[in-house]
Amino acid sequence: MTANDPSDTFRQEAQELLEQLEQALLDLAARRDDQDLIDSTFRALHTIKGSGSMFGFDAVAAFTHYVETAFDLVRKGVVPLSTDILTVALTAKDHIRNLIEHPGPEVESQGSAILANLERVIDNASSGNAAASSSPADDPAPAPVFEPANAPRAAWRVRLRLPKDAMATGTNPLLLLDELAALGDATIIANTDNVPVAEELDPFECHIGWEIRLITDRPKSAIEDVFLFVLDEMELAIEPLTDQEAAGNGAAGIPATETSIEAAPVRVEAGPQATPDTPAPAPIPAPARSTIAPAAAPEPRQAKTEAAAQKGMGSIRVPAERLDDLMDRVGELVIAQSRLKQVAASSTDAQVKSIAEEIERLALELRDTTMGVRMVPIASLFGRFRRLVHDLAGELGKEIILTTSGEETELDKTVIERLNDPLVHLIRNAIDHGLEPAQQRVENGKQSQGNIRLAARHTGDKVLISISDDGKGLDRNRIQAKAEENGLLAPGTKLSDSELFQIIFQPGFSTAQQVTNLSGRGVGMDVVKKTIDALRGTIDITSTPGAGTTITLRLPLTLAIIDGLLVRVGAGRYVIPLSAVEECVELPAEEDGRSRGRNFLNIRGDLVPFLRLRDLFNATQAPDPFQKVVIVSSGETRVGLVVDQVIGDHQTVIKSLSKLHAKVGTFSGATILGDGTVALILEIAHLVARGQQRDERLRATG
Amino acid sequence: MTDITAWQGRDSIEVLTLELQGETFALEATQVYEILDQTSVTEVPGSHPFISGLVNVRGKVVPLADLRLKFGMEQTAATIDTRIVVTDIVLDGEPITVGILADKVNEVTELTAAVLQETPKIGMKWRPEFIRCIGKRGSEFIAILDIDRIFADNDETTSTHAASALEQSAA
Repeated sequence: MTANDPSDTFRQEAQELLEQLEQALLDLAARRDDQDLIDSTFRALHTIKGSGSMFGFDAVAAFTHYVETAFDLVRKGVVPLSTDILTVALTAKDHIRNLIEHPGPEVESQGSAILANLERVIDNASSGNAAASSSPADDPAPAPVFEPANAPRAAWRVRLRLPKDAMATGTNPLLLLDELAALGDATIIANTDNVPVAEELDPFECHIGWEIRLITDRPKSAIEDVFLFVLDEMELAIEPLTDQEAAGNGAAGIPATETSIEAAPVRVEAGPQATPDTPAPAPIPAPARSTIAPAAAPEPRQAKTEAAAQKGMGSIRVPAERLDDLMDRVGELVIAQSRLKQVAASSTDAQVKSIAEEIERLALELRDTTMGVRMVPIASLFGRFRRLVHDLAGELGKEIILTTSGEETELDKTVIERLNDPLVHLIRNAIDHGLEPAQQRVENGKQSQGNIRLAARHTGDKVLISISDDGKGLDRNRIQAKAEENGLLAPGTKLSDSELFQIIFQPGFSTAQQVTNLSGRGVGMDVVKKTIDALRGTIDITSTPGAGTTITLRLPLTLAIIDGLLVRVGAGRYVIPLSAVEECVELPAEEDGRSRGRNFLNIRGDLVPFLRLRDLFNATQAPDPFQKVVIVSSGETRVGLVVDQVIGDHQTVIKSLSKLHAKVGTFSGATILGDGTVALILEIAHLVARGQQRDERLRATG
Repeated sequence: MTDITAWQGRDSIEVLTLELQGETFALEATQVYEILDQTSVTEVPGSHPFISGLVNVRGKVVPLADLRLKFGMEQTAATIDTRIVVTDIVLDGEPITVGILADKVNEVTELTAAVLQETPKIGMKWRPEFIRCIGKRGSEFIAILDIDRIFADNDETTSTHAASALEQSAA
């Protein structure tokens, strides 16, 4: 991202922090006394507040301040964490997001209600103990938030050195030192060893390091919090001082003594003042300065966040459009390369041929790399559903356990984005219709909590995403009855389970006897079907009465490129997605000559209906003498497509059709062939459905 | 959005003139990307005859429209003069690049804004909402196409005709 607008940077950062916050809050619901989680919640709030006020999002900073204050009480154990607090905190998190995305007095005015709520639940939780401190105290600095605590006073040695460009990036060391000094009795000594001679001195750089002896009743984390925003770049070591040292320092404090410190072979000039002109007689060797806090840090969260920070360092943000552009360019390159290949094939020049081969290899590798760039782990998507499940559970009064697996499975970014809505529908349905109320579950011998499982995994070039519940399962009879009632099925039709279950994706179909707030109106499932179709995916449903339902989405890894089979029908060339092709056979002459009424092939004993694409596409050219049949499948159905010629396989960069052709269902897109002409890509699901209709019509008429 | 008032305050507009079955029409030149020689056109079976083709424009798959169908003209075979004008239209608020088949492309010319006239409601053989306004060059009248409306009207129903007529009288 060319982040010229700093507030954009904040928005993005806040977005991630809010996601972290939400995850932490949801995790807390399960592990309420996990100090790490509470700390990371607090940290996220603190960072949002801090950067919010830095970037001028004052409303965000002000609101977050109160939430942070409340969580500080939780963090210190003053107030026990209650479910109510978590619920309000989640609302507060949504409100912060609102404040960031739609700043304005309307949104801001909703904040006070949430804060009142927060105060109430904190009050309840602490039975009035510390609620006062969560009520407005208009100082954004973290220090005044702390109630006088009764922690034992301890002495710490804090050594810090800021990066050279710290002042250029907006860090003011004086403020940090002041803040540190406010924690207790502090003796600050400046270390000026690294200050270069005057002619080499760049006044904009920070060359001074500090050593602070601090006697405070605050925990170590309070000291760390001072450096919250600069922790990643700076050198910081916080060590407890031994009693003697502490005593010596704390009691006298004033005399400038030269002390040698255990562990580090360093002599430090101890002085009472933090003046930069303090002489520095003893040079500090580098190793001593490079000690970093987590070495002895008791909190594992520290290590965790650092790992996360390191992960962030190795990656850059790129706007999605640029990736799309890159993919387009690569697509064009692949097309140009296949034209070159054609030309080279007809050439006798060995050099040209070898260059063409080289370019082919490079182009394909480049394509694979580019595709890899677009892949995103599905974890980001799954993460969102935890909140959904949490909220739905509260709304419906059901206890639900959500388990996820395969979060690391990678999928094209666009696919992931478009999967959100269908998955929301499916999860809602599973929770609302699938899972029985707790009491009924117990009566049926199940545990009272319902289970929802989200799983993702790779198989070949597909990704399978399944949503399972252990609820009551689909009711075959009711679906059949309802379908007959709605005229979707002829009465008495015998269908296999999976065929019958596909009916629930028909528009307007719902067997729910009660329409709830969430689902049952018969909209949604057809949207799911449409979206998955548009992604060139399929949906399978399996269900066992009384034991639950599993819906499996089968999706292609990427939308940008498919392997296709190039065929000719009349004068036109078309691409059939290779993943759908089962086999190619020759159309037996006797079948070809038969009346158009009986379009069936005998494929090893199975009856397979076929469609003559020539008829479908109104081909005018004379048909080839030997017609070929490409057998394709969609789900469990097979259909033969009769073509004039099978040309061969073809790597295809998919170009979507414009809105002007949106109504033509037969084609899912187009591609550009080696000679520069456009070829259409057949939409197999549509053609199979068409073949089936004909099949049913024929069966109906006998 | 697209009527004569949009050009008020400008001295002149640049247009590309093209011929369909001997009649001269014009497109605002700023909307035109490029003019291509006749290339291979891929038929889209089952699509509306008005936009039944696809062409490759620099690696993009672009729908090809035959305006002659919208003006009730005869579809004749391509000649040596046949060109494809690549331009942007706005459909439902989204820009789409399309190709327009022209029997002949003449030139880019300037029309003085002062002589632009509103499309007369009667006395024209074409549906008036397809014409943005009438320009005059010498003694010749040139109909400037309202390309967005031509593409928006994809259902061939009279209701859209009536609706746009209403819209016009309201404006």
